[in-house]
Amino acid sequence: MSGISRRKFLAASVAVGAATTLGGTKKALAAGSFSGYPNSMGVLVDLTRCIGCRSCEAACNKEQKLPDPNLPFDDMSVFDQTFHHGTQKRRTDESAYTVVNRYTPEGSEPIYRKVQCNHCAEPACLSSCFVNAYTKTKEGAVIYDGSVCVGCRNCMIACPFNVPAYSYSSAFGAVVKKCIFCHETRLKDGLPPACVEICPQEALTFGKRKDLLKIGHQRIQTHPGRYIDRVYGEKELGGTHWMYLSPIPVEEVGFDPRPGNEPIISHVKEFLGVVPMVLAIWPALFTGFHLLAKNQEGHGDHEHDTEHQHDEEGGQQ
Amino acid sequence: MKSLVELGVKPVDSLINERNDKRWSLMEKLFLGLSPGQYLGQALRNPFNWILGLIFAVGLPLILYRFIFGLGAITHASNDYPWGLFLGFGLFCMVPLSASGFMLGTTVEIFGRHDFHPIERLALLNGLLGYFFAVVYLMVDLGQPWRLPYPMFWSFGPAAVLFLVAWHVATYLSVQIAEVSVAFFEWMDWLGGKRFIRRITIGLTVSGIILSTLHQGALGALFNYAPGKVHPLWYSASFQWIHFFVSAIPAGLCMVIVVSTIIKKTMAWRCDDGFLDSLDRCTLGIAKGAAMGLITYLVIKFIGVAHDNEWAYLATGWGAWFLFEMFVGVLLPLVLFAYAIRHQVASLARWGAAFTVLGIVLNRLNTALITFNWKLYQEIPHIFEFIVALTVFAIYITTYRFILYRLPILYSWKEQPQEALAPEAVKAAPASTTVSPANAVYRKID
Ligand code: SF4
Ligand code: SF4
Ligand code: SF4
Repeated sequence: MSGISRRKFLAASVAVGAATTLGGTKKALAAGSFSGYPNSMGVLVDLTRCIGCRSCEAACNKEQKLPDPNLPFDDMSVFDQTFHHGTQKRRTDESAYTVVNRYTPEGSEPIYRKVQCNHCAEPACLSSCFVNAYTKTKEGAVIYDGSVCVGCRNCMIACPFNVPAYSYSSAFGAVVKKCIFCHETRLKDGLPPACVEICPQEALTFGKRKDLLKIGHQRIQTHPGRYIDRVYGEKELGGTHWMYLSPIPVEEVGFDPRPGNEPIISHVKEFLGVVPMVLAIWPALFTGFHLLAKNQEGHGDHEHDTEHQHDEEGGQQ
Repeated sequence: MKSLVELGVKPVDSLINERNDKRWSLMEKLFLGLSPGQYLGQALRNPFNWILGLIFAVGLPLILYRFIFGLGAITHASNDYPWGLFLGFGLFCMVPLSASGFMLGTTVEIFGRHDFHPIERLALLNGLLGYFFAVVYLMVDLGQPWRLPYPMFWSFGPAAVLFLVAWHVATYLSVQIAEVSVAFFEWMDWLGGKRFIRRITIGLTVSGIILSTLHQGALGALFNYAPGKVHPLWYSASFQWIHFFVSAIPAGLCMVIVVSTIIKKTMAWRCDDGFLDSLDRCTLGIAKGAAMGLITYLVIKFIGVAHDNEWAYLATGWGAWFLFEMFVGVLLPLVLFAYAIRHQVASLARWGAAFTVLGIVLNRLNTALITFNWKLYQEIPHIFEFIVALTVFAIYITTYRFILYRLPILYSWKEQPQEALAPEAVKAAPASTTVSPANAVYRKID
């Protein structure tokens, strides 16, 4: 291989790699220090106030024009439903962007928890998507563009809350489906989402995320016996825009108690950092190995010696 | 086919039909120089074809069914297990088992170990087909496969690991097509194409190494998105990509051993003496490489456990399963390889390779499916999902065999009769001088 072609080759391989990866790494590394939009909105869910009326489920169904449910929204038998040998409660799916589940800890009243997308500050779904379908809006919602969704379902793997669902039933238009904070119809215009608006118990409080944090801590302070001292979502996984106040430890209402405060993207950063290194070092390293091996072969091997002479001539041409 | 060869039929292995001194036509080449009747006869006599036929009879309609009625029709449509067998097996197992192309490419072209030349083409082909069928599995699994080009040309998510996988697998697939095309060019008698590829071999090989390092690792890094979902013993915050990359090395190497063993048993008529005679030696050589890979893998696996301080998990049921995987897939083959290399017993090395392949498949299935969601529940894929996965695999085997039967992978192509060789060689010499010494050896073999 001549000097010229070797140089050209190095440049080309770095350029190809750089074009496809460097841009991405920069963005990904920047994401780690992203502190969010200061005035973005959120919702505080107070589990002590929720009575499990499922009005929010009904409102969401209407607002998002989802198909009619199998059981009507005033049928409370859904709370008894379990799946996969009794280990799982209901979860969000393509026809329900939010569900309310009942937890009955020993010796206490039942507690209900509404599940939907938590609109993370640094969403795992967003960072895992290879067509960039997801957007974190300045209002705080995590929305997505179904028209580019390829259906790899990596966001479902990545979401630490198991929120996104897939429209498996559709053959030609299957895309990911999840709560979008009613962004298009309401949030964008500063209105609270449908589920919040309908809640008869004011279990859901809509407001600026920073105000909600204050309200949350205030409630805990004023009623120390009523809540555990934790606003779930304040720091967890880099912070979420839907946060929870709970009367009992969060693992008893089906949350991961220690998800860590790092956003998911920080677990992947290490690898993304390796990419430019490999691109920069490998070509030179292995071309070097090749030249070494070639020279060694040359010793005492007449045929290869001639080959080398040709090689040099080739380089000068 | 075997019985036909015994009857004196000689499958096409050269440009010129010796019987009438004419060039083989494309049709004749496709039928291996048999008459269509003979060809059909040998195909029908092979019981394996009947098994394949049965799989296709059930599986192909199911694949059609999947594309008409959606993924939900043949899977559990699970939102908790978004990746099932098609990716768990098809992508995460097929890709490491296809690392053979870049490993042997590196050995032969970069490190100049031309003693592995006879098996290099098989390794390259194994790589190409493995990747190609990983993409086929992906197409079956994607919700909207026709949108697969989106991440390439339409909507970029460059911060995503999968973006890197997509780009690199696509690029690497083209690199491998170029590498394998040499055999195709010979077969088609397009020598210009062959010379061109030989000239850029080193470039292709080095880009193969870069791309392989990155996407083999990236497949592991995909699981870094789910730190809480994969069981800690199969998850490593810092080393996941290294684990996947390093284990791909013995995986790819051992897959070549396994495939070459099957070939030796079932397709010896298609191999030339150069291939058959060097097979034991190559097998042991490759086994040596695989053993080195396995030792490294074993060490870094336990560094991973120690680094995240996961010893306590070893005492649980998952721990026993982990130790089982390590024992069957890593330790056992290591012992077999060590003995085989010491006493030069190729057949033992072949067993070692089989266990390694098994171990890698088990590891990838464990990471992607079995221990995934270990805090939630276990899911057994839908029976249709199994059948479709098997069908795609059967198509893979059929294609593999189709190519091995024809292209000069296991045998070397006799380009032209001796007297015609001279002028051609003169013409070829200046053009090929900038190529690696492999070319010289290669011409010698021709
Ligand atoms: S909860 Fe899941 S789906 Fe919602 S923003 Fe966070 S990662 Fe994305
Ligand atoms: S915010 Fe809107 S989309 Fe989300 S759960 Fe509430 S109603 Fe449904
Ligand atoms: S509407 Fe309010 S009270 Fe009723 S289930 Fe939903 S969150 Fe609970």
